[in-house]
Order: sequence, then structure tokens, then C-alpha cells
Amino acid sequence: MVIKHKFIIKTEGAWSDANQLLLCLDTGSWRTVRPVSDNEKCNYCGLCALYCPPQCMKDMGDHYEANLDYCKGCGVCAKECPRDAIVMVPEGEFADEGSKRSG
Amino acid sequence: MKAQKGQVRVITGNAAAAYGAMLCRPDVATSYPITPMSEVAEQLSTFRAEGLVDTEMVEVEGENSAMNVVAAATMAGGRAFTATSSWGLVFMYDAVQHAAGFRAPVVMAIANRETPGILAVSGGQQDIISTRDSGWIQIIVEDCQEIMDSIIMAFRLAEDYDIQLPVMVNYDGFYLSYLAMPVEIPEREDVDRFLAPLKDQPQRTILIPGEPLGCGTHGIEVGFVELRYKHCMAMERALQKVDEIDREFGEFFGRSYGGQLEEYRTEDADIVLVTSGGASGTARTVVDAKREQGIKVGLVKLRLFRPFPRQRLVGVLKGRKAIGVIDRSVGFGWNTGPMYMELRALTPEIGIVPMLSYIDGLANLDITVPHIERVVDEVYAASQGKPYQEVTWIPLEE
Repeated sequence: MVIKHKFIIKTEGAWSDANQLLLCLDTGSWRTVRPVSDNEKCNYCGLCALYCPPQCMKDMGDHYEANLDYCKGCGVCAKECPRDAIVMVPEGEFADEGSKRSG
Repeated sequence: MKAQKGQVRVITGNAAAAYGAMLCRPDVATSYPITPMSEVAEQLSTFRAEGLVDTEMVEVEGENSAMNVVAAATMAGGRAFTATSSWGLVFMYDAVQHAAGFRAPVVMAIANRETPGILAVSGGQQDIISTRDSGWIQIIVEDCQEIMDSIIMAFRLAEDYDIQLPVMVNYDGFYLSYLAMPVEIPEREDVDRFLAPLKDQPQRTILIPGEPLGCGTHGIEVGFVELRYKHCMAMERALQKVDEIDREFGEFFGRSYGGQLEEYRTEDADIVLVTSGGASGTARTVVDAKREQGIKVGLVKLRLFRPFPRQRLVGVLKGRKAIGVIDRSVGFGWNTGPMYMELRALTPEIGIVPMLSYIDGLANLDITVPHIERVVDEVYAASQGKPYQEVTWIPLEE
């Protein structure tokens, strides 16, 4: 067999690193609500990143933000945030962003 | 360099499994008790209580959690062991698939027992078959010594950088699980020495605090295919590796089991029997007796069921005049034994000869000397061109 496919995953297992290669479909298109962080309330505890099912919370140095290419809008981050620093906002409110998915 | 002579103790198969695990110093172990393997969990806890190991024993509420605990432990770089049987194995089925997909090098002992549906607190290999395509390496052993030795070898195999796959070590529940026989227990430093090469290999990907990683999340379309392909390639490498590890184990400890399969008196055999597990001992006795009567019969004990030892089987089966396979389970939809069905797939390589399937030993029914004598006689007759029936459910014809 001649393999033409260029392997994209460097590990044997299905490991993914949110900061580099995120091993998931562009699940951002599934989203109907989006997590919006309030940096004033956030104390950078990291619980949102820990609980995020597709591990798409980006470490911004002093707070976390969802990578909207992958965030499905499940709301687990908002639910788990002990300081209510994340609220889920309907996607309709970002309609003017057009087809742009990333925040 | 040879290992020291170990202490010989009369212990059950379950205890042998626990000793094997203990000697490998797992970081994490957990086991939810189920007949007939509960003693493994008890023994491991005893070893921990006596201070023989500093293994973290995780108390779980069921087998599903047990498998998730050990899979996660290996993904954090630990060595992990669990044991189960039948209903327990089925209850952890999704986690079993996870462990394989995660390429989590877990070692699990399984005291084989009939699976749910017909309540049978009795032995049989149907549970092996139920996880055949889960992506685990599956080893089937014959006696208590082999249980212990195979668990030690299983850690070498599972954690090998080229393999990184979970391994099941299967032994006949109710037979080997409770059967006490003399077992030579190696010295701990010798087991340490045998496992030492695992420390000299590249570090596999593991979870490190502060460096969050995901595992088993959605595969990117063709990335999924890539991962499946890598998994299959690792299975292919495991074939050779099983033989290498067995050889090395033999040179060091003085006991070896043939790796993927064991051949017995096959060199000049006209007909060959294929068995697995505890029935192989009985089959050897019958082979000796039938040889006395002038029937050139040999035996293949299948040790590795996944990956399937195709090449070595072709090597030993090619050119024989007839083949008989004894299965301790059934292959639904084929009305044959599952191992028989797989051997039939080798026909293009071994040639068209009579192949006879025997289903025996279900639900704790013994695979007796007369049963195997019958198998040899019928396979021999088939080799002489006599008519034969393809599938025989031995207990139903008695």
C-alpha cells in the first residue's frame, strides 16, 4: 500500500494540545450560544479550561477565552465558573460578524 | 545473566495473577470483585496492606470506573493493573474501547467466564470473543505459572514504546482461577531487572500537571483514519514483540511459552489440533497417547488471539492433512467456534484440507480426555478421506 496521506498526528494515541494542534472537528459551527468572559470577575483559576469538554479554552495569561473554532457552546465553563465570570450569549447577537466564527 | 531461583509456592491462578501484578509494582491498581476473579482483588489489597507494594489501590463502585481509573493512570505515565471477568468485562465495555483508543498500556487479567444473557456462573471463553475487536492485545494462558509469567511479560509488551497498547491476560475461570498448583515466584529484583528496559526507551506522551492535553477527542476526519492505521500497525509489531519478549523471559527466568503460539510434537505431524487455555494440557496428554497408537498428531496452543498469529500459524499448519480446532465459545452467525472461523481465513495460505470445528467446555463442562480422543480420531479419519461433519457440539452428542 502506498500512503499518500501526510500524517498529522505526532503521537500514537489521539493526543491533542489546545495551544497547538486541536484534534477535533470544527465544532464551533454547532454553537448557538457563546461564552463571553468578564476579565474583571475572572481570577484565572482555570476551572473553565479544566472542565471544557473539547479543551478549547485558551490561556490568555490573566484569563481564559474560548477558541470559537471549536467551542460548541455547551456552557460547562459558565456553569463551573465559581465567580460567574462567563456568560453564555446567543449567537444571534453576533450576527453582524457574518461568517466569522473566531472571537 | 540468569534470574535467581524463586520461591515455589502452591497458589491459585487468581493468586498467581495478583503476584504477577504485585511483582511489577503498579502505581495504580483497582479491581471490582466478581466471580471467579475476586481473589485477585483480595490478594492485591493484602499485598498493599502488608506493605509489599506502595500501589495506590483505588476503590471503585463498578468495573466501568475500574477501567477508566487504570486507563487514566497509564495516561498520566503510571503503571496500572486491573482484573475482571465476564459480566464485569461487559460492564466496562465502553471503557475497554477507550483504553485501546487512548493507546493506554493497561494490563488486565481476565478469569474467563460465560457472558450475560444466560445466567451461568461458570467458565467459558465467550468473554474473550466479546472484546475481540476492541483493539486490545489478547493473550490466553494455560496454567498458574503461565498466568504470573504472562502478566509480567504483558507489562513489557503494553508499555513498549513501539506498542503502547492495553493487554488482556486470559485464563480459564473456575478452572485456573481456583486451581492451586506449584508456582515459582521470581525474586523482585529480577522482575525489576526484566522490566528495566522500559525505562530506557523514549517517553511516551503522558499528562503532566500544568501542561493540559486532550486525548481521544474528535479525530479530524482523516486523522481518525490515521490513528486507526497506527493502532493496526502497533498490533502488527506486537506479533514479533510477543516472541521477542517470550524469548528474553525464557533466557532470563528459564521458562518460555512459545510467544504467539506453542507447538507440541508438530514437526512430523499429519494432523494438527488447535486449542487454547487450560484444555491444552489435556490435549498434550491425548497427543502423546495417540502417538503411541501410531497417529501422527501434533498440537498448537494458541497463546495470542489478538493480534492473530497468522504467519506462524500458516508456518505450522501448511502441508498438514487435516486440522481440528477446539473452541470454548461460539461464533454467532457462523455456527462454528470463533477460533476455527479465524483459522479458516488462512485457507489460501495453508491449502484446502479438512478443517473440523469442535465446540466444547461451555459453561464449566469439562473438555475431557475422551472428548479430545474423539476429536483426534475424527480429524484423523478426515485426513484419510473419510466423510466428516464440519461442526460438532461435543456435549450435545454425548
